[in-house]
Amino acid sequence: MNYFNESLTSIHEKLVTKEISAKDLTQETLNNIQAVDGEIKAFLTVDEASAVKDAEQIDQNGIDADNGLSGIPVAIKDNMLTKGMKTTAASKILENFTPMFDATAVEKLKSFGTVTLGKTNMDEFAMGGSTENSAFKVTHNPWDTTKVPGGSSGGSAATVAAGEVLVALGSDTGGSIRQPASFNGVVGMKPTYGRVSRWGLIAFGSSLDQIGPITRNVQDNATVLNAIAGHDQHDLTSSTKEVPDFTSTLNNGVKGMRIGIPTEFMSQGLDDDVKQTVLDAADEFRKLGATVEEVSLPHTKYGVAAYYIISSSEASSNLQRFDGIRYGRRAKDVKNLEDLYVKSRSEGFGDEVKRRIMLGTFSLSAGFYDAYFKKAAQVRTLMNNDFAKVFKDFDLILAPTAPTPAYGIGEDVSDPMTMYMNDVLTLPVNLAGLPGMSIPAGFSNGLPVGVQLIGRPYDELSVYQAGNAFEQDTDFNQQTPKMGGTN
Amino acid sequence: MNFQTTIGLEVHVELKTNSKIFSPSPVEFGDTPNANTNVIDWGYPGVLPTTNKGVVHDGIMAGLALHAQIEPKPHFDRKNYFYPDNPKAYQITQSETPIAHDGWVEIEVDGKKKKIGIAEMHIEEDAGKNTHAVEHSYVDLNRQGTPLIEIVSKPDIESPDEAYAYLEQLRQIVQFTGISDVKMEEGSMRVDTNISIRPLGQKEYGTKVEMKNINSFNYVRKSLEYEEQRQQRVLMSGGVIQQETRRFDETTGKTELMRVKEGSDDYRYFPEPDLPVLEISQDWIDQINEELPEPPAKRREHYVNELGITDYDAMVITQTKEMSDFYDAMIKAGADAKLAANYLQGDVNAYLNDNQVDLQNTKITPDHLATMVKLITDGTISSKMAKKVFKAITKGDDPKAFVEEKGMVQLSDPAKLQPIVDDVVAANPQSVEDFHNGKDRAIGFLVGQIMKQTHGKANPQVVNKMLKESMSK
Repeated sequence: MNYFNESLTSIHEKLVTKEISAKDLTQETLNNIQAVDGEIKAFLTVDEASAVKDAEQIDQNGIDADNGLSGIPVAIKDNMLTKGMKTTAASKILENFTPMFDATAVEKLKSFGTVTLGKTNMDEFAMGGSTENSAFKVTHNPWDTTKVPGGSSGGSAATVAAGEVLVALGSDTGGSIRQPASFNGVVGMKPTYGRVSRWGLIAFGSSLDQIGPITRNVQDNATVLNAIAGHDQHDLTSSTKEVPDFTSTLNNGVKGMRIGIPTEFMSQGLDDDVKQTVLDAADEFRKLGATVEEVSLPHTKYGVAAYYIISSSEASSNLQRFDGIRYGRRAKDVKNLEDLYVKSRSEGFGDEVKRRIMLGTFSLSAGFYDAYFKKAAQVRTLMNNDFAKVFKDFDLILAPTAPTPAYGIGEDVSDPMTMYMNDVLTLPVNLAGLPGMSIPAGFSNGLPVGVQLIGRPYDELSVYQAGNAFEQDTDFNQQTPKMGGTN
Repeated sequence: MNFQTTIGLEVHVELKTNSKIFSPSPVEFGDTPNANTNVIDWGYPGVLPTTNKGVVHDGIMAGLALHAQIEPKPHFDRKNYFYPDNPKAYQITQSETPIAHDGWVEIEVDGKKKKIGIAEMHIEEDAGKNTHAVEHSYVDLNRQGTPLIEIVSKPDIESPDEAYAYLEQLRQIVQFTGISDVKMEEGSMRVDTNISIRPLGQKEYGTKVEMKNINSFNYVRKSLEYEEQRQQRVLMSGGVIQQETRRFDETTGKTELMRVKEGSDDYRYFPEPDLPVLEISQDWIDQINEELPEPPAKRREHYVNELGITDYDAMVITQTKEMSDFYDAMIKAGADAKLAANYLQGDVNAYLNDNQVDLQNTKITPDHLATMVKLITDGTISSKMAKKVFKAITKGDDPKAFVEEKGMVQLSDPAKLQPIVDDVVAANPQSVEDFHNGKDRAIGFLVGQIMKQTHGKANPQVVNKMLKESMSK
């Protein structure tokens, strides 16, 4: 199956008209993975047998003509629990962990008749922006296999970009869906905090984490969000707000929409091509009938510091449960309880995870709490206020997703500060809990460049609507990577 | 040198909700280890807590019963520490915004009334339990997530007796709300204490010594008394009190050093991001206030002032709401207030102690006991007969039917008793003479003779009176 020429709509039609069975579709998707993943290395686990079995069951039940996800194979980031399928969060500490239940997002997708193919690579516990922090493998960018796919949802973005699958789920704590979407020329949506249940998502920064879809186009993305959104009694931070049909306003255009570009997002450190891509996108939106103006988010410069303190503090607490006592890796030959803790965790966690645990533990310590965690929480409030002020006069914010296109494997990983600065454009959206989507909007030396559309809380509709208008009038998402000369 | 003592008490009370505070697992004790647990209790990857609204309700109720201010928007915090019985390696508790604060409990010691302040009261989850064998340690998470409230006193308690009185009042107040069994022996009430002394007149408090998990009010008092003396001895001999945790040895009655505290533990508290801030409306508070039963102190006032029973009896009857309700029902059924109180604090309490059972779990009913009391006051049975009747009541038998069936009706009719009295007086001239010589014991002998002849059925009061009349002629 050549997914480069397909969408959920076209595949669904083929399934409904029985041009292809769900089983054959799954088999062909597995063939795609077989053909390409040796080079891309997007998957940590592929469960062919269970995928084929699930697809057969769907064929037996019959494809649901009213449900665009019926029979569609999907890939899941490896930090979401999948019942009976290994879930590692790309960490040695969970190397052999097989969950007893599905994450709510996974369960909801399944209830729509999707077929789970396997689990995608990521930075360990979603900490990182290149997927190089995986304990198991390095994923390659399909557009240039010497480049990183971004992260932490690098596997999910790369597999969609490589045409292995049409739909993948990612998670986004500080940009982990949008930045890899930008690096891979695909569509990645981080919904409003609370839109999608976090039950079964292995927690990183609990007040920031959000699951979202990665797809080849905006409409597919909205279709997937329709399936996974909604209140979950297992997650009290999931919203009870009514979930609209996110595809319902896709074709309403942007005429009259007011779009703001934050000055602070367009300044220092931004790659020239990326900057030009945003300016071109602004012109495109103007052409389509929107007004685009510069706006200000004055506290942006404090975002990186606030984000790393809050996310690391929460992570330091969340990751304490991996202690070798009940599940996961337990160190051998230990002398006593403390030894068991120290050895299991020292052996199980990678360097970046340890760095963040230390940073977070420090930020929460007596005597430092007020200067770090509390101050960061105050900055967060100021940043929220900045956004709220802009959204009084504007419907959407347009911004670059990442400061640069994909960089080379091994380039950034040695310097954590450079790595952290890469998140400067995405993490304010998490701190404020807003919906943000990266869409393909240009190229730089053959590498895709995405732009980000940010909406008001729970206004994914406007984000999708504008994203679709842009996509319909441009052809950036029609371009395909040339991997190892196979395409 | 004279010293001034300051005592602080931290009391944990286990709530008797059906399910745990953050998971749907049942709150049940004595089951197979880990039977009452689920993924949330295990700290499984990806799980999230959900707040049991019943716990918040009970927290508000306890706060109101302790005359505390209710925090309208409390949140939970994480208290971080590693231990195998603490599966998430953090306890979800309240540090920044306890659900209630600034309350008080009134105590009375040596006839002096005093209000002891409550600094704060919060809701939190209990940990599991570790047991250690030779080769292995075992973790049972059945208790993990059991809802607790922790009540922290202000430094108003100035003697071990006040500490005892405070605990007794606190226990009764909470018991009356019905949110907990508050039984030290079952662990549903746990007490940690701290005590410091300082020279009289000194402003700053002395160094605190902590004592954990002492298992009866009596031992709390004894350990504080010992500690008060020990600290005085140390200071008098020029020593320094260390900040330390001590253990009370029940057999020796002494406290022993457990560990010296160096600095304070760093639990890295921060707001629990998985749970939204609670919204407690004034309507909800008002509604819970309506549900709140009359507190034990109010009932005692009523018993002493209006029913005329002793302070002691009133205290005993208000040990539990169930007993107090029982007493009220007896009064309503027409029982004599004093006699009813006597039976509750006497025979009934003895029965409960002997059988280690709560009043509400026995077959004794207020109606039956009130009937028995009425049979005594109207002279139908003697208090001696009542012993047998009480036994029948504990088996659930109707006292009236029992008395009739056993023919236990007391002989009180003077017409029937007169011939017997006359016979006994005639047959015992020596005793009659003794009586006239002022020997009171003689009348007891004569009553005994009459009781013998009537097989214990004669009403002793009536007989007594008739004998005196007969011999005075």
